[in-house]
Amino acid sequence: MTAFSPTRRGFLAGGAALIIGAHLPVGNKMAAKAATGPVDLNAFVRIGEDNTVTVIVKHIEFGQGPFTGFATLVAEELDADWSQMRAEHAPADTATYQNFAFGIQGTGASTAVRNAFTQMRQAGAAARAMLVDAAAREWGVSADEITVANGVISHTGSGKTAQFGELVATASESTPPAEPKLKDPAKFKLIGKEEIRRLDSAIKTTGEAQFTLDVYRDDMLTVVVAHSPWINGKVASVDSSAALAVDGVEKVEQIPTGVAVYARNTYSALKGRDALLIDWDLSEAETRSADEQLEEVAAAARDGDGVVAETYGDLNAAFENAAQVIEAEYRLPFLAHAPLEALDGVIETRGDAAEIWMGSQMQTVDQMVTSDILGIPLENVAINTLLGGGSFGRRAQYDGQFAQELAQVAKAGGEGIYKLVWTRSDDIQGGYYRPLAVHRHRAALDETGRIIGWDNKFATESIMGGSAFEAVIQNGVDPFSIEGSIHKPYDFGAFEARWVRTDSKVPHLWWRSVGHSHTAFANEVFLDEVLQRQGKDPVQGRLELLGDKSPRDRRVLERVAEMANWQGVQGANGKAYGVALHPSYDAHFAYIAEVSEVEGEPRVHKVWVAADVGIAVNPDVVKAQIEGGLGYGLSAALFNEITFAEDGRIEQENFDTYRLLRINEMPEVEIDLAVNTEKPGGIGEAGTPPIAPAVSNAWRILKGEPVRRLPLVRV
Amino acid sequence: MTDLTINGKDVSLDVPGDTPLLWALRDNLRLTGTKFGCGVAQCGACTVMVDGMPVRSCITPVEDLEGSDVTTIEALEGPEADAVRKAWVDLDVPQCGYCQSGQIIAAATLLTEIPQPTDEDIDFAMAGNACRCATYVRIRKAIHNAAKILEA
Repeated sequence: MTAFSPTRRGFLAGGAALIIGAHLPVGNKMAAKAATGPVDLNAFVRIGEDNTVTVIVKHIEFGQGPFTGFATLVAEELDADWSQMRAEHAPADTATYQNFAFGIQGTGASTAVRNAFTQMRQAGAAARAMLVDAAAREWGVSADEITVANGVISHTGSGKTAQFGELVATASESTPPAEPKLKDPAKFKLIGKEEIRRLDSAIKTTGEAQFTLDVYRDDMLTVVVAHSPWINGKVASVDSSAALAVDGVEKVEQIPTGVAVYARNTYSALKGRDALLIDWDLSEAETRSADEQLEEVAAAARDGDGVVAETYGDLNAAFENAAQVIEAEYRLPFLAHAPLEALDGVIETRGDAAEIWMGSQMQTVDQMVTSDILGIPLENVAINTLLGGGSFGRRAQYDGQFAQELAQVAKAGGEGIYKLVWTRSDDIQGGYYRPLAVHRHRAALDETGRIIGWDNKFATESIMGGSAFEAVIQNGVDPFSIEGSIHKPYDFGAFEARWVRTDSKVPHLWWRSVGHSHTAFANEVFLDEVLQRQGKDPVQGRLELLGDKSPRDRRVLERVAEMANWQGVQGANGKAYGVALHPSYDAHFAYIAEVSEVEGEPRVHKVWVAADVGIAVNPDVVKAQIEGGLGYGLSAALFNEITFAEDGRIEQENFDTYRLLRINEMPEVEIDLAVNTEKPGGIGEAGTPPIAPAVSNAWRILKGEPVRRLPLVRV
Repeated sequence: MTDLTINGKDVSLDVPGDTPLLWALRDNLRLTGTKFGCGVAQCGACTVMVDGMPVRSCITPVEDLEGSDVTTIEALEGPEADAVRKAWVDLDVPQCGYCQSGQIIAAATLLTEIPQPTDEDIDFAMAGNACRCATYVRIRKAIHNAAKILEA
């Protein structure tokens, strides 16, 4: 896990102190209270008289499973029964609910379980100790003689038993232990158990689950904003007379990001927006075509010096002594995240306070930008984090992009309550894409065909550059731009990865698996090409390069070959088999994809996955994230690309032109999850990187020509 | 004014006739289980039942629904819906959950028409419902499991 913390630069002035440290905040334990209502035993655990245990989750739930994961960690140490567990989002409170990997409150980089594994266990253990103390006091027995199991507190000698709810009022007066004692992992009853079910499935089958779009208030206006169809286009002039004539439209205001239409309902707002006549000022806009932009990045990869991200061995000697040198270039497009719930938010302003309801993925940033734009104290900005309808990186913006627009809408609208709704075109055309990337790879081979040197120079934007997280850039190297190009599991003898930083007017953002989303593709496709040209089997050839450098990667590769009954790349049935191996987020993955050609397109029939993610808190959630991460990556590998027309206008607008993977295109997925006690890896993103190279490697076999560009299906 | 039945209740919708059913359900009736995903019938998140058939509410104007019987996820019931919901929860199908109202309506309709669907039947019936979390492996399995529940 990359530990990084933001500087205030880029965030805007004013605000909360950022406290970093792996302490357990218990200081806000509620004062002794009457025996009514639920009790917060610490900042993460609330127990009701009805015996429900609610875990206050500092990470947003958008499907990746922190509600269930954190509840599992707390329940394990609390010895609760799974049926009594509940979860809800924490309020915006950086000091209490920071992500230890970030130093702010936020979710991302697959850090949820990794940053809070111990913290949540401590929270559960502390609450347990307080309940035991309460029982000891009420029953007049020694705490040492009290046991807890499945949500029942017992004292064998006296025969007394109690459920949590009966003791919680007394427990609220107990002193939490300074160092809560944690269980021996050998005694885990919930962590690592396949049969634990998600807490949020039932409400997601009935329509009950509350997303931001579902927030309604009687006095609320719905707002849509007309955004420029060019990146960085500004409003030159607007004629809003027709919009204002639409029934239900209350007002139209120009804001920094476009023209906001305020209406009594969504359809009126949309009709009003359609009726706006806007001239766009393109003087600062990106008006170049996609090809021009890509050529610029390709030229940077070819001609730029860049900075060394990693180097070992004598690369010059390797290439001087090489019997053969193989080189290739790989190009990757802009990608939109396209969560199914596009960005949205509700804000209410009254005097010098604001309350926000949104799928906030970086509460600290969203709180800061709101405070700044509205000119109100940071502590007066309350954020209610709601379930997010997907994110894949999009709900987390280093600059609080969406919260800024929401605050601007509130500022221009005056005191009141506003729901800002983005439509699909706002989302697809809104920038904040996975940036373009161009990789150049060179391999030096000796006369026996063995790889003796490997050189990877690539160009892409800095993910963190210019943001509040710029401090992570050390010696000119942005770890989020280059991740996956370094610390490879293979031993190449001599190696260098060199990054050329490019800039673009098109705002970039982390996209599920960030740097790995391009490095894994280029690395593993090039390696596969080299192995093929040397007549080597892709599994055997990789195993030879792994040597004993990376035992966990070796094991998943050997395992996946077993699972797929590996017989080589050519199937007898017109199908081809592609291999990829790529570790990320402290997790190790090997894929084999079975692919055929159907109507000119790749059809992926089955993917075998061998994974080692360390301790899997919820193995079934991990498997779901692998299935989903793989499908998300496959959608991009096959179909997804944001392009710009000759005049710079973004060409995609909705799912008819930004094609999503469908159920008939989803492969069967067979997963083997290693069981071990290694520290937990991140699971929200690591399943995405290996699918593009695995499928591309099979596609090369089927088509008999190299794959040098994504997506595979280009319009 | 459009008179129709929504979730078993007679409703008079006082909205402009070209208003998509999606927004009338959400903004006027606060039936928020039906979701907005694309607005152009490309994703299926807005799927509701109209006279027993799955319909994309985002492109269905209210004025076309005079006298129709609309059922949303909130009131979807019957043996197929029950079986689908049980199979969905047993397998933990949803991730973010945003598309799942539409998925469940489409799946329940499929099982009403084809009680024991093949994989090809599932592909055909469900391909219009996009899931960005790609929960498709579990959707397929859950539909087969729901069919088994119905058979028992």
